[in-house]
Amino acid sequence: MTAGEDAPAGVTRLGMPKWGLSMREGKVTDWLVAEGEEVAEGTELFEVETEKIDGAVESPAAGVLRRQVAEVGAMVPVGGLVGVLADPSVPDADVDAFVDAFQASFVPEEAAGAAEAPTRTVEVGGRRLRYLERAPGEPAGDPVVLLHGFGGDLNNWLFNTDKLAERRRVLALDLPGHGESAKDVGAGDLAAFAEALGGFLDAVDAGRVHLAGHSMGGAVALAYALEHPDRVASLTLVAPAGLGEEINADYVDGFVAAERRRELKGVLELLFADQGLVSRKLVDDVLRYKRLDGVQEALGTVAGAMYPSGRQATVLAGELDRLRAPVLVVWGSQDRVLPATHAQALAGRARVEVLAGAGHSPHMEAANEVNRLVGGFLDDLEGERSGSS
Amino acid sequence: MARVITFQRAINEALDQEMARDPSVVVFGEDVAGGQGAGGELDAWGGVLGVTKGLYHKYPGRVLDTPISESAFIGAAVGAACSGLRPVAELMFVDFMGVCFDQIFNQGAKLRYMFGGKARVPMVVRTMWGAGIRAASQHSQSLYSIFTHVPGLKVAVPSTPYDAKGLLIAAIRDDDPVIFFENKVLYTVEGEVPEESYTIPFGEANVVREGDDVSVVAIGRMVGMAQQAAEELAGDGIEVEIIDLRTTSPLDEDTVYESVERTGRLVVVDEDNPRCGMAADIAALVAQNCFDDLQAPVQMVTAPHTPPPFTGSLEDLYVPSAERIAEAVRRTTGGKVGARA
Repeated sequence: MTAGEDAPAGVTRLGMPKWGLSMREGKVTDWLVAEGEEVAEGTELFEVETEKIDGAVESPAAGVLRRQVAEVGAMVPVGGLVGVLADPSVPDADVDAFVDAFQASFVPEEAAGAAEAPTRTVEVGGRRLRYLERAPGEPAGDPVVLLHGFGGDLNNWLFNTDKLAERRRVLALDLPGHGESAKDVGAGDLAAFAEALGGFLDAVDAGRVHLAGHSMGGAVALAYALEHPDRVASLTLVAPAGLGEEINADYVDGFVAAERRRELKGVLELLFADQGLVSRKLVDDVLRYKRLDGVQEALGTVAGAMYPSGRQATVLAGELDRLRAPVLVVWGSQDRVLPATHAQALAGRARVEVLAGAGHSPHMEAANEVNRLVGGFLDDLEGERSGSS
Repeated sequence: MARVITFQRAINEALDQEMARDPSVVVFGEDVAGGQGAGGELDAWGGVLGVTKGLYHKYPGRVLDTPISESAFIGAAVGAACSGLRPVAELMFVDFMGVCFDQIFNQGAKLRYMFGGKARVPMVVRTMWGAGIRAASQHSQSLYSIFTHVPGLKVAVPSTPYDAKGLLIAAIRDDDPVIFFENKVLYTVEGEVPEESYTIPFGEANVVREGDDVSVVAIGRMVGMAQQAAEELAGDGIEVEIIDLRTTSPLDEDTVYESVERTGRLVVVDEDNPRCGMAADIAALVAQNCFDDLQAPVQMVTAPHTPPPFTGSLEDLYVPSAERIAEAVRRTTGGKVGARA
């Protein structure tokens, strides 16, 4: 969640971020920093509301907030100018000249006919899987692969994908039965998902990867890492399943059963500590997914195989000694789907971060914090590796 | 990112996918194949506006042109539905429906009841409705209320390409007769539509915009008009909630009541004539069920009680506009800006 940077020396453009494939514009709902105030890299600058979700935008650099170009309440297209950050030494005239030049030449992505974020599909074991790939010009280290949870899709990483892709190749996958991937889930258990993940990694020639998984996706990452230790450089587990029997059956069963917006909204609220995040658009998108042919069967199969009778069928806690990859665990203290106490299964074996106030989706609710933790974790690993080689 | 296609294409795709999925689905009507065997573009051009193009060659023997005899082929649809097929009959303009009322009202709608549930009539009748293309009184009416009135029929009036595809697939899979209304002005409207098949349940209204000041219930093409009005009103601080009924039978009363309980104000927008229509129906239901919540008289924005005029300037006045909707909303707030303030 940082703004863009492509401006003269000492000047940083604060642009409207693009959160998720469908975002075209965002409304600036609050400025958190006054003009003239000095900020550090990572300081939250302003808040943005989109059709789907709200979030705060962090400063991409240290400096002084010189201009609030967009007023509170202004609707700004993705990439459009929201503010300007600059070194105190840059004269006001230069800042104004930059704003004028940018505004004169800016063409919104949509009007410019720019291609949508390129999701691709790949055939794995006779099934079509959709994924999103993002990478900088010269990616550092091994790619990062993002795995969503039960009923989710690659858009759940909307606040994380671009940030992680500033340094690395990032692949976000729609697991079988989810998003726009084929709806055939096979047995729908952990082994089936881990196998599909392996097939995907081979198909896109990913090599060794950093796996990051949320909830059920965390369990899939864990299962794959246990089977293929040589392929997994590290594991980032965000409120992962697979570490204990307990799970909130109201969430799993409710998600499968919900047919109407009202029921589904109540279920989706369990994912967040701040229920205001469950917007009409977010509920609608999930409802649209649930109404695709084959999805109800897929979800029923997965729920039955993974979470029968309100418990998790596969608990990997006993096998964690075999795990070789370094592990980062991130959990929200207010998680109402999987208890943060499950992280104890990895005590002494992993770096565990419990984020106060976040719910089951810290990668969305506390995205800036999670991006910093994951980025730091990966940087440290690569630092160690290049230091030792 | 979902793909963007037209309303017309969404209808075609729903037919195509259901014909591929279920061999009992057949399509027939006037010109639904259209000049098959002619050369090039003219070969099976797929209906008066090309909505069924491509199906004739793809599904041999399952796309049939009929004589210009609506009572005969709608009767054939009822019979085919009773005996194992899932016919999708196209009756070009709803204005022509009068000649087959017996087949629809007295046969199709009644059989399940009269045979104690042992007969099913899984038939869909697709038909064009609405004014706006200078086609005069006999090709421009909005007659869904007539079919909504008859128990045993289901009635869908989609407003977007997404809803058109999902409701048509649901209609084809439904075991009861469905009259499916396609607004001809909406045919070229584009929207995001998944490539995969999906269904939208009948009897579920769609809240297309949330607001706490005034509830606006709209149907078909009027949903877009209401959205334009809502944009303008938001500039004045009036937050409008828009409810798209999507199906008039079954009707999602709960969504309407819950909204009116919150806003205390209701405007119903309907392109149909005002007497005994959907607007009057919704107004009566709300008056009966939400009387204590209402803070202002219910407003109806409809066409006048005349046939649709042929003259362009009059036709433009005939169809409810965003301006008229905004005026009606302001009448419910008594001109107060920010009705809840």
